[in-house]
Amino acid sequence: MQYWEHFQHSADIGVRGFGGRLEEAFAQSAVALTAIITEPNRVRPQLAVKISCHCGNVDLLLMEWLNALIFEMSVRKMLFARFDVEIRNGDLLATAWGEDIDIERHQPAVEPKGATLTELKVRETDHGWLAQCVIDV
Amino acid sequence: MRITDLEHIDEYVWRVDPREDMLVPAIIYADTPLLEAMDDKVLHQSMNVAKLPGIVGASYAMPDAHWGYGFPIGGVAAFDPDQGGVISAGGVGFDISCGVRTLHTGLNRKTVASRNTELADALYSNIPCGMGSTGKLRLGDAQMDAMLRGGAQWAVAGGYGESADLERTEEYGRMSEAQPEAVSRRAKERQRKEMGTLGSGNHYLELQTVAEIFDPAVAAGFGLDVDEVLVSIHCGSRGLGHQIGTEFLKEMAESAKVFGIRLPDRELACAPLASELGQRYLGAMRAAINCALANRQIITHLVREVFADVLPEARLRLLYDVSHNTCKLETHVVDGESRQLFVHRKGATRAFGAGHTELPGALRDVGQPVLIGGSMGTESHILCGVPRSETLSFSSACHGAGRSMSRRQASRTWRGRQVVDELAARGTIIRSPSPRGVAEEAPGAYKDVGAVVDTAHRAGLARKVARLTPMVCIKG
Repeated sequence: MQYWEHFQHSADIGVRGFGGRLEEAFAQSAVALTAIITEPNRVRPQLAVKISCHCGNVDLLLMEWLNALIFEMSVRKMLFARFDVEIRNGDLLATAWGEDIDIERHQPAVEPKGATLTELKVRETDHGWLAQCVIDV
Repeated sequence: MRITDLEHIDEYVWRVDPREDMLVPAIIYADTPLLEAMDDKVLHQSMNVAKLPGIVGASYAMPDAHWGYGFPIGGVAAFDPDQGGVISAGGVGFDISCGVRTLHTGLNRKTVASRNTELADALYSNIPCGMGSTGKLRLGDAQMDAMLRGGAQWAVAGGYGESADLERTEEYGRMSEAQPEAVSRRAKERQRKEMGTLGSGNHYLELQTVAEIFDPAVAAGFGLDVDEVLVSIHCGSRGLGHQIGTEFLKEMAESAKVFGIRLPDRELACAPLASELGQRYLGAMRAAINCALANRQIITHLVREVFADVLPEARLRLLYDVSHNTCKLETHVVDGESRQLFVHRKGATRAFGAGHTELPGALRDVGQPVLIGGSMGTESHILCGVPRSETLSFSSACHGAGRSMSRRQASRTWRGRQVVDELAARGTIIRSPSPRGVAEEAPGAYKDVGAVVDTAHRAGLARKVARLTPMVCIKG
């Protein structure tokens, strides 16, 4: 079972993804990132963007992944809704599908500045994988 | 926060003496209700900062402090480079040199109110705001580096403003020793289309009325009159600063072991000021300060364009521009000895008192304006730095109200349209691309800024000068 949620932080927002596989938890955390900005179902998966990053530490790899998405959203002025993620030996290869920001339709609420080390956690639990951290907005 | 965990020094000062690995005390400035409302993590984080190498004096938290990243937001800490002192990307924050700039208009409320809808529409259309917005200016590589070296001075030289603006900007508009070469290609790429943009979240541009003056003499020194309309701009270094913060936070977290720094919390990622990494971050952060100063200068120019069209009799003179996410090399007297210290202010405003040599001539006998943004639709404040805060907080004061409710909770509690209508009924026009963004910034989601500035005033961090109420708010 895959899903995402937000958790509370006084000034900012925590993103949390769950999945049967590590990759699914990473993908769900990315949906939670989009949900900070707009309703993910408002974003059409029309354009594909390849993303890769590397880190030997799986916690920091999550931070790298979310920061790579924040970078792509920022320079391409895009939002993403669907994510295919593969992780092997600290190498993350992903495709993110989305579209150009349409201010009228998406009404972006707030812009993520960066993923932080706050509440950063990637764990295998009894119910699958969890991937979370606080996003500075 | 459990107040029994702290020693009550006087009405507004709470302290924890060094324990465990703390090198200095942790000191929180707050009245009892503000302290009780603070997250426990403020104390925890303040105590952790007190464990960092080379910290001097104390680890301070301002009256608006809340849970941050390693450092509390509202945290102030000074480090001595000759004592192994460190610099921390988390201690500056992602939005490097985020700050407030306030301009006089020379117009009264009645004059502006007659055209306020037109002004709101023109400001909203002329100043890019919200996620995905882009500025008109596109910087090539050489221009980008010149901007990162020159800050607001670069912007004024390029026609975005007046040389008199620089007198009223910290560092005279240009942070020296910036190193554009320490800024990554990705950070520059992220900034390429974002010069002159406001951003989103708690950033805003407001037309405000001086509703009340508390200190007539200082207000006169600042040129403030009751009923005068001001323009305040709250934003920072945009994508460039965010990317620098992102990259150095990770690099510092990974390098702590190399430097032999035992971090009580990974989020306190830092590097010795005397290291290559520390110096590289310092150079990049100073470049980001220049980016923020240039950004607010360009927005100032765009505001002037709007007034020139709508109310040409306006004369927009800068009152002051002050940042609240920085690390700056300053001279402070500690135990009678003058020392060169790197002062981190994360969500805290520099507040130099009268007589400080870094203040421009026109403000030197008065003190530095301390610009405090409140929540959308409530009130903002202008305070004045006082000499006493030198010994209390390395000349620092609060920076804003601070949230009392999460964004998610706020967007579940209010609808954007409802907030806009309610504020309109109270005389404040809101323009924003995002109703949800407005709901997340609803006034009820923030603490009472009045209680925060009252505490700053009574604790001696800064003096209250004027209270401002909003007429128009452009929200990203």
